[in-house]
Amino acid sequence: MTYLYSIGEYFLMLKGVFGRMTKASVLRNLIFKEINELIMGSLGIVAFLSFFIGAVVAIQTALNLNNPLIPKTLVAYAARQSVILEFAPTFISIIMAGKVGSFITSSIGSMRVTEQIDALEVMGINSKNYLIFPKIIAMFTYPFVIAISMFLGIAGAYTAAVLGGFVTSDQFMTGLQDDFNPFHLTYAFIKTFLFAFILSTVPAYHGYYMKGGALEVGEASTTSFVWTSVVLIVTNYAVTQLLLS
Amino acid sequence: MIQVKNLHKAFNDQEVLKGIDYTFERGKTNLIIGQSGSGKSVFLKCMLGLFKADKGTIEYDGKPYSTFSDEEQRELRTEMGMLFQGGALFDSMTVEENVMFPLKMFTRQKKSDMISRVHEVLERVNLEGTGDKMPSEISGGMQKRVAIARAIVNKPKYLFCDEPNSGLDPQTATVIDNLIQELTHENDITTVLITHDMNSVLEIGERIAFLKEGVLAWKGTKDEIFRTEDQTVTEFVYSSNLFQKVRKAQQQGL
Repeated sequence: MTYLYSIGEYFLMLKGVFGRMTKASVLRNLIFKEINELIMGSLGIVAFLSFFIGAVVAIQTALNLNNPLIPKTLVAYAARQSVILEFAPTFISIIMAGKVGSFITSSIGSMRVTEQIDALEVMGINSKNYLIFPKIIAMFTYPFVIAISMFLGIAGAYTAAVLGGFVTSDQFMTGLQDDFNPFHLTYAFIKTFLFAFILSTVPAYHGYYMKGGALEVGEASTTSFVWTSVVLIVTNYAVTQLLLS
Repeated sequence: MIQVKNLHKAFNDQEVLKGIDYTFERGKTNLIIGQSGSGKSVFLKCMLGLFKADKGTIEYDGKPYSTFSDEEQRELRTEMGMLFQGGALFDSMTVEENVMFPLKMFTRQKKSDMISRVHEVLERVNLEGTGDKMPSEISGGMQKRVAIARAIVNKPKYLFCDEPNSGLDPQTATVIDNLIQELTHENDITTVLITHDMNSVLEIGERIAFLKEGVLAWKGTKDEIFRTEDQTVTEFVYSSNLFQKVRKAQQQGL
């Protein structure tokens, strides 16, 4: 019953988010601020992780290709498919649930604890719209992060595979272009958009409706990470089933 | 003026407010006192529109809140200033941005006009030169003064204060009390203030409502509260040693 109540509360929150809008000029500034904090602030860690994940995928694939009948180009093919289909959109989103999600929960939760949300409501401001809507819009730029992640993941794979002596540069480039299905990119970006919405709203829900003090803010951040990850994984399964199977 | 008539509010089966009738006068500091759990905060939240009353009416300058349209409710809220117990300053904004916030949200003034109004208000609360500081960089008393500045910057008709002195030293508490009273008189605001602090009652209690278990148990002024023989009030007022001594001295005619 508690879960059902929470799901209902989450959708009511969303209704409130898209309810009475904050003044456009204020909203614009908030959106830019959120893009800076949520997206730009995550680029470093995303770039770092993506490059090394791509490199590891290439090495693992290369080390497992012992059969001389299997072409070496498969290293690049496997790296490309893994990075585009799963590692960039899903794995990076799980990381973002920890980084961005915890930040959203704790920042909104702290505002709840210190009565800042009450202050907004008393002033006649739709606090859900003021706090959560800019985050949702800012997260619509998240696919750019994933695009960068895909590029760097493949760059990492190239670096590890070629410099590690597993394949030649030509073999890698051939494998990279081999049997490429553009719909896989469409699929990856469709799920990225959905993940962006989940990454901004599920943690916001946990922050907005938290009760208690500083300790509970920490607990809400942890709960938020767990539930955001669960929702991401379930959505990933559902989207994959719908679009690829 | 805020007129409350037969106000009832319950949560689940627990009745918190049991038919309160009271008038908060304009241009006066109206204090609500009472023990923890007596319903003061719920009463305040009903007046702020954060809780919906189960029964009864709250009239703002003669107009019942229940008859306000959504637009009128929003307009009314822009005429309210609220000073929260912890200040509730936006910690991601500077002092100047905090005070400017209601102007940015609800007016179409030019930025230069807004800045000059913010400086005027900060000067009024004796905080000139602190505009570029973050709330975390200033003391608790200064934070309260910034919160007062934010509450009055948009020239509200109603000012609500939830225990404005909690966590402050007695000297700073007196400064805050006096500031609230001065602003109430200067701007002819209807001020409603919740407090546990008998020093505040002594300083600024022009009209006092004493709540006990959700009922308005007593009403009067600061002069009357120290002369009343009403046992429910005296038990609360003279619960501290200091005020017991004052009481004894009064009785001995000192």
